[in-house]
Amino acid sequence: MTGFDVNKIRQDFPILAEKIRNKPLVYLDNAATCQKPQAVIDSIVHLYSHDYANVHRGVHTLSVRSTDLFESARTKVKDFINARGDKEIIFVKGATEAINLVAQTYGKANIHSGDEIIITAMEHHSNIVPWQMLCEQTGAILKVAPINLQGELIYAEFEKLLNDKTKLISVVHMSNALGTINPVKQIIGAAHARNIPVLLDGAQAIPHMTVDVQELDCDFYVFSGHKLYGPTGVGVLYGKQALLEAMPPYQGGGDMIRKVTFTETEYNTLPYKFEAGTPDIAGVVALGAAIDYLTAIGMENIAAYEAELLAYATEKALAIKGLRIIGEAQHKGAILSFVLDKIHPHDIGTMLDSLGIAIRAGHHCAMPVMDFYQVPATARASFAMYNTKTEIDVLMNGITSLIEVFG
Amino acid sequence: MFDDLRDLYQEVIFDHNRNPRNFRVMDNADRKVEGFNPLCGDRLTLFLKMNGDVIEEASFQGSGCAISTASVSLMTEIIQGKTEAEAKQLFKKFHEMTTGKDEHFNLEAIGKLAVLAGVREYPARVKCATLAWHTLDAALKNEQQSISTE
Repeated sequence: MTGFDVNKIRQDFPILAEKIRNKPLVYLDNAATCQKPQAVIDSIVHLYSHDYANVHRGVHTLSVRSTDLFESARTKVKDFINARGDKEIIFVKGATEAINLVAQTYGKANIHSGDEIIITAMEHHSNIVPWQMLCEQTGAILKVAPINLQGELIYAEFEKLLNDKTKLISVVHMSNALGTINPVKQIIGAAHARNIPVLLDGAQAIPHMTVDVQELDCDFYVFSGHKLYGPTGVGVLYGKQALLEAMPPYQGGGDMIRKVTFTETEYNTLPYKFEAGTPDIAGVVALGAAIDYLTAIGMENIAAYEAELLAYATEKALAIKGLRIIGEAQHKGAILSFVLDKIHPHDIGTMLDSLGIAIRAGHHCAMPVMDFYQVPATARASFAMYNTKTEIDVLMNGITSLIEVFG
Repeated sequence: MFDDLRDLYQEVIFDHNRNPRNFRVMDNADRKVEGFNPLCGDRLTLFLKMNGDVIEEASFQGSGCAISTASVSLMTEIIQGKTEAEAKQLFKKFHEMTTGKDEHFNLEAIGKLAVLAGVREYPARVKCATLAWHTLDAALKNEQQSISTE
């Protein structure tokens, strides 16, 4: 690895120096949201201290500065995921809003009664419910591609679902509950052979790997800023320009219009057509700062380091008697979901918290996944580039000790 | 190692978690209500056998964390033989204790249930302790549908 220094990276994240219940924080809830480097925090302070005004509005200096910063963040996002142009980058609240946007614009315009939408059995609720709502509105049918016990998509079963009625496939790139990385290129290839567009939910994948939307050839890609070391309240919808051009707008308001009279309104061009109202200016600017920070480290370096962390954590976890890993896909990101014999995940969560360790205990907004494994919930340790093997040792010692206490 | 948690996880709680009391389906129950905490997936079914307004028997089934299992287990013990009014009064007291609004709450007045007072310090876990009691409340109101803490 070229110059990847986890200790140096840790210094960039002020919160990692916090003590929780008098113990050093071990933050392993990165799949829920990850912590912010100083550069991101500073960018917000700097914007509000020196450059802030509304964007795309006034001719005054601050509005110009703010607009420049806002639009340069769009270019950073474009470069980060290798989109063809800035017009393909729509700023939204987060991955959830992006999926709802596609469902309510592209979906309503193109998906009709009897048509089919395919998702997988490992989706987050945010990639289930918007489609259920669309199906309710249009009479379309939601089809669910099954997974196996390792937590992998059963590709042959997925392929069987494709037919002339399939109008859209919406699949998670990397599962938040299981860590599974889906064979998205294969899925997109099969879908495009039938002219079916594909949306990838990249909320989990984006902080862990290089994402190149041209190479993937996906039609839509969505993610949230806060899982990419950026702030909450901002996310991205990438869409191929031709698709976005043809879609009706999502919300009406300022910024998304070119001309308004009381009899008719002419919509603005891309990307503004989908950005009604004053956007999260500071959020977008700070997301740009997060991307700069990650680009300097290199996504391939992050991926390689996290693969090492996951392998180490998996090996240690398998050595603990009574621990069962939920999600053992061959192709997997840095997430370790597990259950313990006779100890509920909520108790695991509280016990580990008393040791300064933050994990997630619950259904991870993926209740169908919990049903599939017949567990009410799981405990989930999810790793980021600033985690260390020492922290994994602390986690595993904690688990071993709490098993003893519960006896 | 877990010294900080002694108030929350008292030995009585571990005991009820390992060996829950009245853990069975009651075939001839007069009241049967399902309680669900969607946040953590805790799920329990409470069965009551009534004799007039006296709770003659109480039992439960379900799966949950140690706090919720101990809470429902203790509750089924304590409400047997109580009238509906007495049980409702206990619920009120239990609720006051777990939400911790009254700093001068008299723990002695609530007997065995005092072992659950520790949840006051853990807002994320209060619902684990109160699920059983919300379910009981619904059962006493003779609400047959399932209830949820959310």
